[in-house]
Amino acid sequence: MSGTKGVSLGDPRPAEVGRLIFERSTACARCTEMPPLDVPEIDLDAALAQRSRRDAPLLPEVTEVDLARHYEHLASVNFGVDSGFYPLGSCTMKYNPKVDEVACRMPGFAGVHPYQPLSTVQGLLELMHGLQEALGEISGLPHVSLQPAAGAHGEFTGLMCIRAYHEANGDARRRVLIPDSAHGTNPATVAMCGYEVTTIPSDERGGVDLDALEAALDTDVAALMLTNPNTLGLFDENIERITAFVHGVGALAYCDGANLNAILGKARPGDMGFDVMHINLHKTFGTPHGGGGPGAGPVAVTEKVAPFLPGPVVVLSPEGFRLVAPERSIGRVRSFYGNVGVLVRAYAYIRAVGGEGLRAVAEQAVLSANYLKERLKGAYDLPYDRPCMHEFVLSGRRQKRENGVRTLDLAKRLLDYGVHPPTIYFPLIVEEAIMIEPTETEGVETLDAFADAMLAIAEEAARDPEALHAAPRSTPVRRLDEARAVKDPQLRYAPPCLD
Amino acid sequence: MRFIPVTPAQQAEMLRAVGVSTIDDLFDVIPEAVRLRRPLSLPDGLSELELIRDLQALAAKDLDSSRVVSLLGAGCYDHFIPSIVDAVVSKPEFFTAYTPYQPEISQGTLQAIFEYQSMICQLTGMDVSNASMYDGATAMAEAAYLAASVTKRRKVVVADTVHPEWLETLRTYSLAGTLEIATAASRGGVVDAESLAESVADAAAVIVADPNFFGNLEDLTAIGGIAKSGGALLVVAVNPMLAGVLAPPSEYGADVVVGEGQPLGNAMSFGGPGFGFFACKSDYLRRMPGRIVGRTVDVDGRPAFVLTMQTREQHIRREKATSNICSNQALCALAASVHLASLGPAGLAEVGRACVAKAHYLRDALVETGRFSPAFPDAPFAHEFALAYVGNAREMQEAMLERGFLAGLELSRFSPELSGIVLFAVTEKRTRGELDRFVEEVASL
Repeated sequence: MSGTKGVSLGDPRPAEVGRLIFERSTACARCTEMPPLDVPEIDLDAALAQRSRRDAPLLPEVTEVDLARHYEHLASVNFGVDSGFYPLGSCTMKYNPKVDEVACRMPGFAGVHPYQPLSTVQGLLELMHGLQEALGEISGLPHVSLQPAAGAHGEFTGLMCIRAYHEANGDARRRVLIPDSAHGTNPATVAMCGYEVTTIPSDERGGVDLDALEAALDTDVAALMLTNPNTLGLFDENIERITAFVHGVGALAYCDGANLNAILGKARPGDMGFDVMHINLHKTFGTPHGGGGPGAGPVAVTEKVAPFLPGPVVVLSPEGFRLVAPERSIGRVRSFYGNVGVLVRAYAYIRAVGGEGLRAVAEQAVLSANYLKERLKGAYDLPYDRPCMHEFVLSGRRQKRENGVRTLDLAKRLLDYGVHPPTIYFPLIVEEAIMIEPTETEGVETLDAFADAMLAIAEEAARDPEALHAAPRSTPVRRLDEARAVKDPQLRYAPPCLD
Repeated sequence: MRFIPVTPAQQAEMLRAVGVSTIDDLFDVIPEAVRLRRPLSLPDGLSELELIRDLQALAAKDLDSSRVVSLLGAGCYDHFIPSIVDAVVSKPEFFTAYTPYQPEISQGTLQAIFEYQSMICQLTGMDVSNASMYDGATAMAEAAYLAASVTKRRKVVVADTVHPEWLETLRTYSLAGTLEIATAASRGGVVDAESLAESVADAAAVIVADPNFFGNLEDLTAIGGIAKSGGALLVVAVNPMLAGVLAPPSEYGADVVVGEGQPLGNAMSFGGPGFGFFACKSDYLRRMPGRIVGRTVDVDGRPAFVLTMQTREQHIRREKATSNICSNQALCALAASVHLASLGPAGLAEVGRACVAKAHYLRDALVETGRFSPAFPDAPFAHEFALAYVGNAREMQEAMLERGFLAGLELSRFSPELSGIVLFAVTEKRTRGELDRFVEEVASL
């Protein structure tokens, strides 16, 4: 990363900006050619009951070189972890090892069908079983389903298991407790699972307010959903009391595993009293985010919730590895067995790093976050000044009050320094929040360059606030008219002569 | 650990800057009682060479599609993927990026999604598409949620010819109490219009797949009429690889079109990751789940793309969001876009035509052997078909596996009534030589 050069993105050819693949079309241009048909031609209309398509879909007509250049251009105006520092709080944007990309493309993993005889996929089943076991050991929750496709999908799965657990006890409950610092997916999941949300305030140290928790708990509560360490990057010091309170009314404790990276090999949610958790493999275990997915959100649970897990799970039997549905399973939460290509990457990561290595990951992630916190807490407000875990939350309220510069402006200015901005305006309980998660995969030089940039921007905010309002300047496009996108929705390509 | 670039000397320097003497001091905030007092019981780390060796040994135990002639489909298909697809999705600027929250440096992902949305609209005939869902089954479940929210009704009527695993997924989603599932019975491998008409009253949606799980084409004209008569939304699940040869569901009045996108550009990978697509009429835009990308301009008036309509989403609306979805399957959707663009309209039609022609060729030849009879003789089909085998179907499959064939999917795992029925899929990858050899070998058993 360079502190002064700006984001090294941007294609110099202005004609390329925003030019769609459809607009590169030339009539009858072809990229993929099919071999000649080696069976008799077929009357499609007859075969398809007069339902054959009359007007061809309007797809681009391009050659392979058109495609190669189009996507090379798009890549050149996109920023990934390989482009530079990505301290996006709560997203754990660590480096994605290249060997994982090799692993998931091995023919024995990528080229197998979900319904081929299990005797012909024993290698992959062994890998999936190994991942189940590893996640069980890491979380302290020994029973694992690999099915959920993402974190929010894991939340849905976990909460539905909790629902099934209560219903099996003849115990219909209606409410789920969520702290005010929670990710937006938590309340959205609660609603999707047919429960009502009760919000629990945080105390002045950033943890769950115990009095408020006790007051909210009764036998109508199905679960508490808690991220620990929480979204302020703080480990809840009262965690044992919290889960004990929850269990005291017969409710279950759900751990949002978004921040598992901080505690690998140091502490386990199962030992803290959690009954259910989801694990974001695309955060903690180094699998890439793909510009928004695919991820994977396996769910790990205790013995008493295990019978309700979605089926099937992989078990080892005398005849080899098999797929078995738990006895009182809630049923599938998707087709087939999970985002297997992502599972292969996570397994490869865990095997590469090893048990000791995972602990080193947590230690360095936490040290790097504390290091940055110390470097930045003078220039920005730090609402919760305690040792943090893997991330910490600053506030831009001083810059807003004194310089009229908002956190959004600070973030946009960071783009000119070649850094992906931290998560901003989250958690909601911090005014002008700036949530920074460096991860363990960044060197000191990168951390220092980022801190230098943040300090320089704080100075700029005082000296030349207008410059920050106008940032960014060096990016392929500058600030967007988001209001126009909503007011006049253009959500697909429309050819000039149509629509 | 090779993924941590900080040296011990630098660590010592950082600890000094933080003001603690050991890293463990930073973990003092974790109460004693819940600290892990032992090393994780996991094997030691491996060098890359050792790791690849181990993984190759595991992968070698599996029979991959390059070493067998596969006639398996049933929701996951062995299509040819042009080299350009992996070349694009292997670009780290795409695969190591997060969700494009910062549009100024995410135009690549955003524009690619916009182009994807445009292509899905073209395939389905719908007005709007989101940026992708987890898979076809969850996209179908989300369509049921949308229909319930639009119509203020709870009941959805689902054809029992929908993929059994999708149906099971929908049932799981309905356990939350927000949906009530009714199934429409089938006759001869397609929806029974009478059964559907009986159950459509007060329904939020009628949900069918076309082709359905058995490969058969439904009578969408009749089904669409029944859905409309009951005031229900028509939700149709389609196979996108057939969109070049089959008329789009919009022609039959579909309100929402969903499906599994794996056939486009994504490896089978034991069933995931693929992606779900979700497209609908513009009337339902504000109730759509998931991310949507729109085109706008930047402050200098340059065209640019941005995540839009976000007031539907969980990070803004929390418990009032249309869905809890956050991560989707963006990279898989990118693979589909590249595949579609590489095919173009003519290529997509050619692939579809080749699949249909080869499937019909194989079915006719198998029926001619006298060893198979059509399970649903009157139902039209596209590239997948169900046949009843005269003998023990499982034994036939085992014998054919020894001869290098994955001889379709025997269906008793889904229902005892389907025992002995085998579902075959044929893609453009199968050659006439392979199909002829299969027929010859299976006839000689």
